[in-house]
Amino acid sequence: MKRGLILWLPLALILMLFAVFWVGLHRQENHDIASQMVGKPLPLFTAPAALPGQPGAATADFRDGKPRLLNVFASWCVPCVAEVPVLMRLKAMGVEVVGIAVHDTAPALDQFLARNGNPYARIGSDDQSRIQLALGSSGVPETFVIDGQGRIVKQHIGVVGEGDVPELLAALGQKP
Amino acid sequence: MIAEAGLAALWFAAALALAQLVLGAMATSDARAALRASIAPVAVVQALFVAISFFCLIAVFARSDMSVLLVAANSHSAKPMIYKISGTWGNHEGSMLMWVAILGVAGATIALFERKLRADTKVATLAAQGAIALGFYAFLLIASNPFARITGVIEGQGLNPLLQDPGLAFHPPTLYAGYVGMSAAFSFAVGALVTRNVGPEFARAMRPWILGAWIFLTIGITAGSYWAYYTLGWGGWWFWDPVENASLMPWLAATALIHSVTVLATRDGLRAWTIMLAVLAFSMSMVGTFLVRSGVLTSVHSFAVDPQRGLFILELLAVYIGGALTLFALRVGTVSEGTRFDPFSREAALVANNLLLTVILIVVLAGTLYPLALEGFTGAKISVGAPYFNSVAGPLALVLMLIMAMGPMLRWRSDRPGLLLRRVAPAVVVGAIALALLIALAGPIGILPLFGLTVAALVAVASVAPLWKRNLTRTPLFTYGMVIAHLGCAVSIAGMASEGAFTKENLVAVKVGETQPIGPFAVTFAGLRELPGPNYAALEGVLLVAKGTGKPFIMAPQLRQFRDPPMLTNHAAIRTFWNGQLYLTIGEKEIDGRWLLRMWWKPFVTLIWLGGAMIALGGALALLGRVRRDLFAGRRVGAPA
Repeated sequence: MKRGLILWLPLALILMLFAVFWVGLHRQENHDIASQMVGKPLPLFTAPAALPGQPGAATADFRDGKPRLLNVFASWCVPCVAEVPVLMRLKAMGVEVVGIAVHDTAPALDQFLARNGNPYARIGSDDQSRIQLALGSSGVPETFVIDGQGRIVKQHIGVVGEGDVPELLAALGQKP
Repeated sequence: MIAEAGLAALWFAAALALAQLVLGAMATSDARAALRASIAPVAVVQALFVAISFFCLIAVFARSDMSVLLVAANSHSAKPMIYKISGTWGNHEGSMLMWVAILGVAGATIALFERKLRADTKVATLAAQGAIALGFYAFLLIASNPFARITGVIEGQGLNPLLQDPGLAFHPPTLYAGYVGMSAAFSFAVGALVTRNVGPEFARAMRPWILGAWIFLTIGITAGSYWAYYTLGWGGWWFWDPVENASLMPWLAATALIHSVTVLATRDGLRAWTIMLAVLAFSMSMVGTFLVRSGVLTSVHSFAVDPQRGLFILELLAVYIGGALTLFALRVGTVSEGTRFDPFSREAALVANNLLLTVILIVVLAGTLYPLALEGFTGAKISVGAPYFNSVAGPLALVLMLIMAMGPMLRWRSDRPGLLLRRVAPAVVVGAIALALLIALAGPIGILPLFGLTVAALVAVASVAPLWKRNLTRTPLFTYGMVIAHLGCAVSIAGMASEGAFTKENLVAVKVGETQPIGPFAVTFAGLRELPGPNYAALEGVLLVAKGTGKPFIMAPQLRQFRDPPMLTNHAAIRTFWNGQLYLTIGEKEIDGRWLLRMWWKPFVTLIWLGGAMIALGGALALLGRVRRDLFAGRRVGAPA
């Protein structure tokens, strides 16, 4: 009898293995990488102006008591086009959006803003992705909510859609 | 037209696989023995059709027929011809078709050439092969049709540049041949269980297939390791990546199986265990295919992710492996134990070897799947890396090596410890001398490399001991095979330990004209030049390397920017010396205009792959020796050997 039971052991083990595989296949795919910087002060950076004749961006800009959005984007990024209308709407509601343009050039950026609209109060240029990396951002677009003391309150990965507006406003401390 | 012909051939092959399964299952019973003659032709014609289907797919890839979805998604008309052809199996659907094509050819080979096995066992074996093939045909035809058409595409999307490498063009076929060989062993095991015919003759019939599969797996793993080493530009030769582990696990099971099947063939022992291992080896091959193809694990090798397909393969696996293990549990109780042996004997050493290999297999399996299980149940993301595998599997592997050193010196059935001691004494003395020298001269090199080199020295001496005082011209070929394979293990371990202990690394940012040291060399950054490639543009660093006051030579690592798809790859410059390899890569440009150089001096690293090649060669000699003896004995006596 005992030997009989042991003989079923391999089958039991392999079925357990398959159960793990089955769970693995059905889990929600989530490849987002959350930034470790959320809740911490904005890293120190000074980004030169991305467009000639307009202001760049620096950490110091975020410490004047007014909460802002920090939007990491690029003119070559197709999904970034999709969120411009939503950012424009936020701008109309009085939200200041600071842009960080990753691996971008002034002419391309100019064209991008002319075609889609310009929601940005200022745009800093991040040629080498150094600011992006310092923020703990792993792709474009990503949007960070920065409070008035220059602390990162929230990270939004991917395109900002209409549905994300209330949540962002809440994090900014504004009533919708 | 070619695509449609290929699809039609695939349907025919599937129908024939069904016939092979049904006819085979019916003919297993002696009452319908008349049906048995029909199985072999069915198996052969099935192989023919699936081969035609596979060649049709190669043809559409070679002609860059962009109206076929698979070609458009994975090929590009500007690719060199060899990569157009290797692109056939560089993707999910094509690789599955290749898998089942090799399976079909294996089935035909069994049908045509297998003479040792009892007729009913052979028929049941072929029925099992038909069942496996049928599942994969269903998978191809229902869930991944390689011949699906698409309209309006003029140019393809290209093949991942990392895969555009001559070594990799032949890497998947090699591994697949190994996996399919394991499926033959599995079918033999199922056939033997169904017909209650587990014994030496079954073991002898199964052995060439296991040996063949094992040789292919050994070559595949060795070549894959070297490929990762020279194309990824990280200087490492084994990353414990899930996909690497997926190829290592069936190899471990197959290694155990080769040894247990020898006990069954020569001493009629370990019957149930051998059946169990045959099922396990095939399960591990299939789990490997599943892990790579389903996207259930993320790794550097990850391919297309499609949970529906993953589920399909998983269900197939559950049917085959679950079915075989149920059969095992029901039937193996009726298989008698076979011949008994003494706890101090060659059989016992082989049992210990088997157990250790199985434990290492479980260690690797657990480490590979733990992150998956944890994420599935708790959502936490972790990764299990080299520290776990090295510190757990490393010592076990060294103990395994010591048993391997002693095994061939033990007698079958029963032996005396005193006699063994006298036989292993020279090897132990050499090992002790190596250990003393290392402690005295090499400085602190880490415990695992230290014992690795010691064990390598001991095993090297012990593995040639079976040839001691023998007439070398009358020693059978498979004994030479064993000696060379065991020696290969020592060589490979020596390479791994030496690489771990003595590698020098230097990561520097350099200006043009600057000189930096690495190991015994001085490397001068002479400048950069741009070079056009067939489908990429390369930026090449020109490095002048000199050893001492010797004549300097040029080494030129490249950064390659591929166009379709756009991707930047790092092409290392490697120079091999008798005592190691110099490995140089060039990285990004720093802001201040300096370039990142990564340099390694790896003493005796080449021994790792030389050892792997020796292990495969040993397997090939053993296979040749067995097949030759079988044919010779068969002709002379007209009876099984």
